[in-house]
Amino acid sequence: MIFLQLFWEFFKTGLFAVGGGLATLPFLYDMGERTGWFTAHQVADMLAVSESTPGPIGINMAVYTGYTSAGPLGSLCALVGIVTPSIIVIILVAAALRAFRDNKYVNGAFYGIRPASTGLIAAAGLTVAVGALLDTDAWTGWSRFWTVFNWKALALAAVIFAVSKVFKKLHPVFLILIGAVAGVVFRFAGV
Amino acid sequence: MRAYWELFITFFRMGAITFGGGYAMLPILQREVVDGKGWCTNEELTDYFAIGQCTPGIIAVNTATFIGFKQKGVAGGIVATYGLVAPSFLVIGLIAALLQNFADYAVVQNAFAGIRVAVTVLILNAVIKLLKSSVVDKLTACVFVAVAAAAWFSALSPVVFVLLAGALGIAVKVGKEAAGK
Repeated sequence: MIFLQLFWEFFKTGLFAVGGGLATLPFLYDMGERTGWFTAHQVADMLAVSESTPGPIGINMAVYTGYTSAGPLGSLCALVGIVTPSIIVIILVAAALRAFRDNKYVNGAFYGIRPASTGLIAAAGLTVAVGALLDTDAWTGWSRFWTVFNWKALALAAVIFAVSKVFKKLHPVFLILIGAVAGVVFRFAGV
Repeated sequence: MRAYWELFITFFRMGAITFGGGYAMLPILQREVVDGKGWCTNEELTDYFAIGQCTPGIIAVNTATFIGFKQKGVAGGIVATYGLVAPSFLVIGLIAALLQNFADYAVVQNAFAGIRVAVTVLILNAVIKLLKSSVVDKLTACVFVAVAAAAWFSALSPVVFVLLAGALGIAVKVGKEAAGK
């Protein structure tokens, strides 16, 4: 019964992959090996599709895998499988937090956790920035360090940043749209 | 009923315009949920992200469940979560069915390279906003710098940083209170 099996495999992935979408990757490689639903090469393809479509990467991977293995119903089973553990765990945590909202230990913990969480987000943002603004393949050493900068991307980043500061009420989706259009017009991927 | 529909459609919209995972969703959450609907504060959003990083599952999904639960209990959590993932289901299903080489098209690759630049700027703006609500004194500034640097240079799990920072927060806050008495 492939539908139940898809649900179960993605339920396990949702339960054990801690730390976001990319944490599901090792589980997918393992799943492909055990079930024969897809190869490691297909996982790489799925990642490319997931990253170039809207939505959380882990969810996109589950839907794509489910579809290629067993059609629309398969993708629904994989989707429900991967989100169910999150829903259960978070509802338990949220209910506990609600009960202990005024507890001094909980408040103390979040006083320390908040800047740490912001630090983690900043580090993740830096990873995105390196991929988007630098051309790491062009690195030829410190004597010519500037070759690593992707000037086109840096210029676009400056423009988008300026737009976001001038038009503070602009919805983020328009900034994404500017990025997409500039990317196509100026061939940002070089293809 | 209307409240559930509003949860569903708000998260559906966010799912449809978030490219590149949980962190890219942060600025859109700030816009839609914090500024727009007033469903939670920037402070709470940082808390949700911290918890989302140490609990199983996808961070964006965890955050949706949190906000939905806060608004409308268990059913709200479920409705918000399925609203967030519904666009993925539709878009990916369509691509898997019709466009097997979707990611190979030049226009897709170029557009996405441009989108990544926009997302970089969006995350930068989001971090600046979060700094205002999370860095409130010298100690929290140190925690921010230390964790950002350590997370960048090491491969340690986010769970480690969140647990350590939580313990430090308890020690400082509860310790201060005990010393004050």
